[in-house]
Amino acid sequence: MNAIAFDKASLSVGGRSVLRDVTLAVAEGEFIGVLGANGAGKTTLMRAVLGLLPLSAGTIRIFGLPATRGNAAIGYLPQAKTAAASLRLRGRDVLAASIDGHRWGIPSLTGGKKAEIDRCLALVGAGALAARPMNELSGGERQRLLIAEALIGAPKILLLDEPLANLDPHQQQVVVDLVRELSRSLKLTVLFSAHELNQVIGAVDRILYLGQGEAAIGPVDSVIQPSVLSRLYGAPIDVVRANGHIFVMSGGAVVERDQHHDHAH
Amino acid sequence: MLTDIFAYDFMQRAFAASGMVAIVAGAVGYFLVLRGQTFAGHALSHIGFAGATGAALLGLSPLGGMLVFIVLAGIGMGALGERLSGRDVGIGIVLALALGFGLLFMKLYPSNAAQVTSLLFGNVLAVSKSVLVSLAGLAALTLAGLAAIGRPLLFASLQPELAEARGVRVRLVGILFLAIVAVAVAQSVQIVGVLLVFALMVGPPATAMLLTTRIGVGIGLSALIALAEAWGGIFIAFHTDWPTSFCITALAAAAYLAVLALRKG
Ligand SMILES: Nc1ncnc2c1ncn2[C@@H]1O[C@H](COP(=O)(O)OP(=O)(O)O)[C@@H](O)[C@H]1O
Ligand SMILES: [Mg+2]
Repeated sequence: MNAIAFDKASLSVGGRSVLRDVTLAVAEGEFIGVLGANGAGKTTLMRAVLGLLPLSAGTIRIFGLPATRGNAAIGYLPQAKTAAASLRLRGRDVLAASIDGHRWGIPSLTGGKKAEIDRCLALVGAGALAARPMNELSGGERQRLLIAEALIGAPKILLLDEPLANLDPHQQQVVVDLVRELSRSLKLTVLFSAHELNQVIGAVDRILYLGQGEAAIGPVDSVIQPSVLSRLYGAPIDVVRANGHIFVMSGGAVVERDQHHDHAH
Repeated sequence: MLTDIFAYDFMQRAFAASGMVAIVAGAVGYFLVLRGQTFAGHALSHIGFAGATGAALLGLSPLGGMLVFIVLAGIGMGALGERLSGRDVGIGIVLALALGFGLLFMKLYPSNAAQVTSLLFGNVLAVSKSVLVSLAGLAALTLAGLAAIGRPLLFASLQPELAEARGVRVRLVGILFLAIVAVAVAQSVQIVGVLLVFALMVGPPATAMLLTTRIGVGIGLSALIALAEAWGGIFIAFHTDWPTSFCITALAAAAYLAVLALRKG
């Protein structure tokens, strides 16, 4: 059974069509790099998988069932910098707040929940980080902690929305390697969005490239083609390969670099 | 000296009233600071001023009028959500308008200067038996409300995008919280007045957050600090004959600055 299946799905946000008639399937355990310019719809696609966005047409199925809010099979790391990141609160407490966070009542931390937090922290090697205040962690450390949080409750799918934003190249590599390793050892299906193909090229099984309301999914070599990308960018695109890196060029400039800014959505 | 101060009925009532209100303000204020909504709390107190003077104009109880007005405003702010709550300009305009209306109502129904002063700056020494009973009921209501929404409130405050994905009704929780804030503000106005509500609702939680990175400890500490400042303020006021509200605000500021200096030093 597919972990994620889109069937002629169309997504719109605030009355604006973002993705049209998208059909794709992601097998269980696959690591998918999600690419596309700013505003191409990477975040929107993940929100739809989470059941946060009504579809304007088609269906999205998660392990055969329609996407619904609060699906315990999905772990999520949102793109927007979490409010907790700037607060002087220890990471462990922030993680604890997410367990059973949808239930009414007073927060409580039973032995079972503590053990679950410890298990997830250990998976990403963040046991010691969790004792420190969130606002004193480096970007890479914070992502490590938030990935641990996404693992709470043992989901089978991880949606990581631009987890490399604002990290230096070394930290980026550490995070990519960590997620790749987790996906192998825990048999997790991963959607990992990124600004630049080269950040994730070593880790992905396939890529999902978004643009102009369309989506192309497949192995790197079949998607990163001038014909496919010209359609997704709506402009003539060249693909230049050098030293194992691939550069997507338009009119002599690397298109991904132009959008290399962090933004909130 | 201590027996001195408790020899007076009005002093006993002052300690009882300010104690209950301080605990509520400290606990509710912690979440207000966590959510970055302190300005909204400030605006609610100003709206309360219009409510209280408006109620006097209609011949109704000022506390009742204030309560109805602030709670409605709190719910309205929550319902407008991010469109208003995070926007200083919008809140600032509402805040100024509310004070203006308060002034108009006073003009239409000339109340005596002492009444107005006690609304603006509080008058804990004038708490009557019936007001004390009302405050006790409201305090119980506020704490019960906070306990009922505690878990989703904490989650939604720290990580709203993730909370939404996990099925927390973030908007509803935000509305309920501002309704609770509104009740807490109406209580605080009785002690420190419309203009100085910040002293009880923002000073203690901000001080607590400097002292601990643990959330549960922080909430308790915030309530305790508020309690100590309220009682300490009354005690100092009794022996100096300075205004109680001044003593409470001065203690709140001094505590915050002292902790800040200790941490830096
Ligand atoms: N809250 C919103 N209201 C209206 N339009 C939005 C909103 N969020 C995103 N969009 C639009 O939806 C499109 C897709 O955005 P998004 O999914 O955030 O792209 P990406 O994550 O690839 O940068 C963009 O054109 C963006 O302007
Ligand atoms: Mg995005």
